[in-house]
Amino acid sequence: MSAYIARRLLASIPTLLVIVTVAFFMMRIAPGGPFDQERALPPEIEKNVLAEYNLDAPLVVQYWDYLSGVLLGDFGPSFKYRDFTVGQLLATGFPASLKVGGLAILLAVGVGIGLGTIAALRQNRAVDHVVMATAMTGIAIPNFVMAPLLTLIFGVYLSWLPVAGWGGGAPRNLVLPVIALALPQIAYIARLTRGSMIETLHANFVRTARAKGLRERIVVLRHALKGALLPVVSYLGPATAQLVTGSVVIETIFGIPGIGRYFVQGALNRDYTLVMGAVITYAVLIILLNLVVDLVYGLLDPKVKHR
Amino acid sequence: MSFASRGEALAGPAEIRGRSLWQDARRRLLANRAALASMILLAIVALLALLAPLLSPHPYDAVYWDRIQAPPDLANAHWFGTDGNGRDLFVRTLYGARVSLAVGILATAVSLVIGVTWGAIAGFVGGRTDDLMMRFVDVMYSLPFMFFVILLMVVFGRHIFLIFVAIGAVEWLTMARIVRGQTLSIKGKEFIEAARAAGVPTRKIITRHVIPNVMGPVVVYMTLTIPQVILIESFLSFLGLGVQEPLTSWGALIAEGADQMESAPWMLVFPATFLALTLFCFNFIGDGLRDALDPRDR
Repeated sequence: MSAYIARRLLASIPTLLVIVTVAFFMMRIAPGGPFDQERALPPEIEKNVLAEYNLDAPLVVQYWDYLSGVLLGDFGPSFKYRDFTVGQLLATGFPASLKVGGLAILLAVGVGIGLGTIAALRQNRAVDHVVMATAMTGIAIPNFVMAPLLTLIFGVYLSWLPVAGWGGGAPRNLVLPVIALALPQIAYIARLTRGSMIETLHANFVRTARAKGLRERIVVLRHALKGALLPVVSYLGPATAQLVTGSVVIETIFGIPGIGRYFVQGALNRDYTLVMGAVITYAVLIILLNLVVDLVYGLLDPKVKHR
Repeated sequence: MSFASRGEALAGPAEIRGRSLWQDARRRLLANRAALASMILLAIVALLALLAPLLSPHPYDAVYWDRIQAPPDLANAHWFGTDGNGRDLFVRTLYGARVSLAVGILATAVSLVIGVTWGAIAGFVGGRTDDLMMRFVDVMYSLPFMFFVILLMVVFGRHIFLIFVAIGAVEWLTMARIVRGQTLSIKGKEFIEAARAAGVPTRKIITRHVIPNVMGPVVVYMTLTIPQVILIESFLSFLGLGVQEPLTSWGALIAEGADQMESAPWMLVFPATFLALTLFCFNFIGDGLRDALDPRDR
């Protein structure tokens, strides 16, 4: 097992290298630079600025410098947030994104799997249709509509919860963003669970469990659910990576100081180093979470062996 | 050649001809009430979008200075009210439908072409090629999606067709994985072997034998990709990266409406209803198709 993990981590190094390279050069192909403004800088000043940030060196040299910096844990200075290094920005932003995203994914897993299972057990009956229609609505309403709607209802009209703001991550401030972020995920997970649960309930081992005279509860929770969760688990890997790296929409609307907006702002402002930092964070998470997914697969499915 | 003629000879007279998988699927799909209703509804939305200029006296970009953010009223034929610039919302919603549906369908088509080709080649050729091609897909998966789309758009400019291509260029990854998996499962089947033995070149085996036989799951995934793409486009519009004024899309309208949901709720409600309805329809059709093509669990 640990040999398997070590081998996987080792194999991820070239993948990561390719990702960094692709992202680096894609960023540079984009026209415009981080210091382009409406009014052009005088040439001497521009030259100094570019020299300061090592942007005047040949691209390959820049790439090499960046790569060796990253290997030493130095992500360079941000171009847009002048007084911060990318490392600092990510270190202060990531905990906030992680908190909101992590809670959202936990909520989504709990509610989604629960609803999906219930729908599968009552297939094609009223409960099933209600759950699935609700799930579909959850998918169909974009979160930039859902989020302000929730604020309007619970923040403005009922004034139960703060309209926006972070408040140091106080529970009151977390409720609405977490729910807004979790809703579409609940919907996807419920749909996935329902589909695979229906399939699993028809499987031979479930029939055997029933034939043994086990109670329905045990059959569903102990036997069927384990098999039914496989597709959900593989969905959860990338979904978790996406959620814990923050959502631009949710962070903008609720004023959360996370890193989600860096992906978009960074790309738009050509803040090369900031984007690269965000991309690397995301890629590392994806690789780690995919590894976790494969390990969980081994736990859920005895046919899968990691050697 | 001889296979076909023998098949016909065995089938005998025309009236007892066997039904193909697709005929069966079509019958089952049409028997599915939710899917059928969705198809009809979707056709109506598409028709409304096509006929938009005939259905309203207002052009989509006409500004009425005296009716800014006016609620729906029948006297001036503003059935859905007007937006913040005093433009008729009904006709704008229908023009938005054109863009949103076109984005959805075109981007999905792009992802279909790339994904099916990529997946079929990787799966069929196998070995090194497969490893390399799928590793590439893995790498693309690990890049944050928004970063990718935004970069593609900055590189290629903000032309509306490039939005389609950009989204399609990102959406093909899952399609490629699905097609590869399917290809692997049919690769060892006898009809492929027969084609090989008959000396059919690999290229032709892929286009004539592999691709037609993996289309089932692909079609289902396609109907689920279209709504996803429409949502992505709406998200880009929210960020201000979508279609440019005075053109509009459902996403752009909803983003404007979400800002004004308290003072002018109609600006949100009408386009959001159209979007939600369309997504519902595509999802029901996708579910119906899946059930129709894979009748095991019904």
